[in-house]
Amino acid sequence: MAQTRAISSLDWRGSESAGERDLVLSGVRVLDPREGIDASHDLVVRDGRVAELAPAGSAGVEGAEVVEAEGLSAFPAFFDPHVHLRTPGREDEEDLETGSRAAAAGGFCGILAMANTDPPVDTAADIAALRDRAREQAAVPIGFLACVTRGMRGEELSEMAELADAGAVGFSDDGLAITNARVLRRALQYQRLADRPIALHEEDPELSTAGSMHEGAVSAALGIAGVPSISESTMIARDAAIAAFEDARIHVQHLSAIESVAAVERAKATGVEITCEATPHHLTLTDEEVRSLDARFKMNPPLRSESDRQALIEAVRSGAIDCIATDHAPHSSDEKEVPFEQAAMGVIGLETAFAAIYTELVLPGVLDLATVVERLSGGADPFGFAAPRIAPGAEANLVLIDTEAEWEAGAEGWESRSDNSCFADRRLRGRVLMTVAAGRVAYRQRSFAMGVA
Amino acid sequence: MRHLLAIDELERGDVDRIMARAASFAEVGRRDIKKVPTLRGRTIVSLFYESSTRTSSSFELAAKRLSADVISIKAAGSAVDKGESLKDTIATLSAYAPEAIVIRHPHAGAAKLVTGWTSAAVVNAGDGKHEHPSQALLDTYTLLDRLGSLEGKRIWIVGDVLHSRVARSCALCFRMMGAEVTLCGPPTLIPRGATEALGTEVAHDLDRLGEADVVYALRMQRERMSESFVPSIREYAAHYQIDSRRLGPRQLLMHPGPVNRGVELSPEVIDGPASLITAQVESGLVVRMAILYELLAGGDPRGGGGRDAELPVPTPIGEPA
Repeated sequence: MAQTRAISSLDWRGSESAGERDLVLSGVRVLDPREGIDASHDLVVRDGRVAELAPAGSAGVEGAEVVEAEGLSAFPAFFDPHVHLRTPGREDEEDLETGSRAAAAGGFCGILAMANTDPPVDTAADIAALRDRAREQAAVPIGFLACVTRGMRGEELSEMAELADAGAVGFSDDGLAITNARVLRRALQYQRLADRPIALHEEDPELSTAGSMHEGAVSAALGIAGVPSISESTMIARDAAIAAFEDARIHVQHLSAIESVAAVERAKATGVEITCEATPHHLTLTDEEVRSLDARFKMNPPLRSESDRQALIEAVRSGAIDCIATDHAPHSSDEKEVPFEQAAMGVIGLETAFAAIYTELVLPGVLDLATVVERLSGGADPFGFAAPRIAPGAEANLVLIDTEAEWEAGAEGWESRSDNSCFADRRLRGRVLMTVAAGRVAYRQRSFAMGVA
Repeated sequence: MRHLLAIDELERGDVDRIMARAASFAEVGRRDIKKVPTLRGRTIVSLFYESSTRTSSSFELAAKRLSADVISIKAAGSAVDKGESLKDTIATLSAYAPEAIVIRHPHAGAAKLVTGWTSAAVVNAGDGKHEHPSQALLDTYTLLDRLGSLEGKRIWIVGDVLHSRVARSCALCFRMMGAEVTLCGPPTLIPRGATEALGTEVAHDLDRLGEADVVYALRMQRERMSESFVPSIREYAAHYQIDSRRLGPRQLLMHPGPVNRGVELSPEVIDGPASLITAQVESGLVVRMAILYELLAGGDPRGGGGRDAELPVPTPIGEPA
C-alpha cells in the first residue's frame, strides 16, 4: 500500500484562510489516546500545525486568537471513511458544501465519499470533476472513492489504476454487495496495481431479499420481511477467504451483527488484512426502535438486536472494530414520509456521531472516552491517511468539544440539506464548538463563535 | 379511542367495550329497519389500496347502517394509479373533512402514518402483513358469542403465519382475552422469533391439534410455492389441511376468507356444523358498526369524557323513540 498521506492532501477550499492568526486554546483538556495525553494544556496552533502544548496559562498569546477553553476538551478530530454526499445526481438531498459543513459541525476533519451517486463515479473524469468541485466548496477535506465495478453493476472492473491516478482514494460499490465472487477476486488481484483499499458492503441479496429490517422478534411482530444477520456474515466470511487467498486488503463497511463480528475476528486471527467499521446508530439503537414504524429508523444494514449491539460495543472496545463511520446517508422527505417498507434506507449521522455515542455509551460508563475518540478518528488509517494527532509538529486536525453542553438534535436545524436523523429530537450531551481541519478552522458553533467575537 | 390501528395498542377494556356495543347492534340487525341515525351527516372515507370483498363491503355497510355518508375509493383507477403519494392522497381527501378514514394498504404502518396527516379518526383495515385489527375483533366477537368466554381456551392458528396480518392480530387479541394460542405451520412460514413476539406456542405439525378448542385456518397463497416456502401445494395440503378426519367433533373451525377449497380446508368442513365461517362474516358487520361508533360517537373514558355504562342502542330511524 502507498505510504501514509496527510489529510491536507485531500481536496477542500481550506487554503482561503492562509495567513490566519495563531489559535490558542487556553487551559483546554487535551485527550489524545494515540499520544498518551490526557491533561490540561495551552494548545497553540500556528501555520496549520500544532505548535506547542504548553502548561496551562503559559503560552504566549500575542496576536493570537485566544479561546478560554478551561472545562472544554480538545481531541484529535474525527475522520469518517463512509459518507454519501449525493453528488452528482441528488443535490436536492446533499452536495459537497452542505455535506462537508455537516462533517465540520460534527467535528470531522476529513470524510470519504462513496461512489453510489447518480450516475455512479466510475471514470477518471468523474473523479476529476468532483475534486475540482471540492476545492471550491468543501468545508473539510474530502476524499472520493470510485466504483469497483463499472456502473456498480458488479460485472466488469472499473479502470481502477487510472481512477487511482486521477485521485480516487479507494474503491467501493457501497450500497450494493459484489455478489459475484469471481469479480471480487479479480478486483482484489488488480488491487496490486491500483494500490488502493477496497471497501465492501457485505450483503447476500438472496438472503436479504425484500427485507426492510432485522429479522427477529420485532419483525415477527410487525409482519415486515426481515434481513437475517447471516446475509452479512456469510459474505464477510467469503470475502475474507478470497482476500486471504489473494493476499489482498479489504475494509468491511458498517458491521451490524454479532455473527459479522465473529467473522471479522476469525479473519483477523488468521492474519487476513481486514479492517472494519461500525456506525453510531448500530452502536446505540436496536430494532426495538422500528416498532414505531418511523422510517427514520430504516437503514441498510438494519438496526439489529440488543445482543448484536452489545457485540459491536465489545468489538469497538477490543479494537476488532477499527473505526466508527457514520454512513451518513441523506434522503429527501418524500423518500421517508411513506410507509416503512417503501421508505428509502439510510440516515444522516455526521452532526450527531460524537454526541450520540458520548451520551449513550460514554456517560453511562459503557465505553471510555479515550476509546471512542480513537475509533472516531480511526477511519483515516485503513485508507492510508495519517490519523489526526495532537502533538507538536503534527498537522492540526482537532476538535474542541464541550462535554457538558446539552442540546436537542435538530432543534436548530441541520447543516446537512436533509433531516433524516434517527437521533432527531433527542437530548444529547457533548457539543462540538470548533473544528480545525488540515490546519484551518473549518467550523465554529454559532453561539460559541458569537461568544468569542 | 381515537384510532383503531393495531390490537397491539388496545387494552382489554377497549375490546370489552366494542364487544358489548357490537352485541347491542346485533339487536338492530334483527329489526325490520336496520338503520340508526347515530352518524347522520358524518363522512367516512374508505380507501382501499388492495383488493378486498368482505372487509370493504362490511365497513361500507356498517357506515351506512349508522347513516354516515360514505366515499369508497379503490386504488385501481384512482389518482394512486397515477403515482400520487399516500400523503398527497390523504391531503386531498381531507379536504372533504371526513370524520373517519378506513384504510387498507399493502405496507405496514400505513394507517398509523395517515394519523399524522389528517384530523380524521383512522381505522386500519389491514396494513401489509402487520395487523388487521377489525378482523381479530370480529373473530373474538364470534367466539364470545359461541363460547361465552375465551379464558383458558386453546386456539390453534394454522397455516402461513409469516405472511398473515390476520394471524398477528388474532394471536394478540385471543391472548388478551385469556386464550392460549398455538401457531402451526411449515417452519418456512412461521416467523423467526414468533414465540417471543406474539407470546404463543409454535408447532410444525398437527399431531396435537386434538387439544385445540378452536382451529383457525389461514389462507394459503399459491404463489408461496414459487418462492420456495413450500415444495408444493399438494404437500402443504397433505400436512396442514383441516379435514373431517383431523377436526374433532367438539372443535370449532374458523377462517378469515376467502377460502382456497381443497388447500387449507377440505370442502366438507367448510360447510360442516363446526364451521363458524358464515358467522364470522355476520359478526363483521356489527363489530365494524361498533368500531365506527366507538371512534365517532363514543366518548373516551381514558380521556375522561362521559360514557354511558349500559350502552343504550340508538333508536332506529322510522321507529318511535
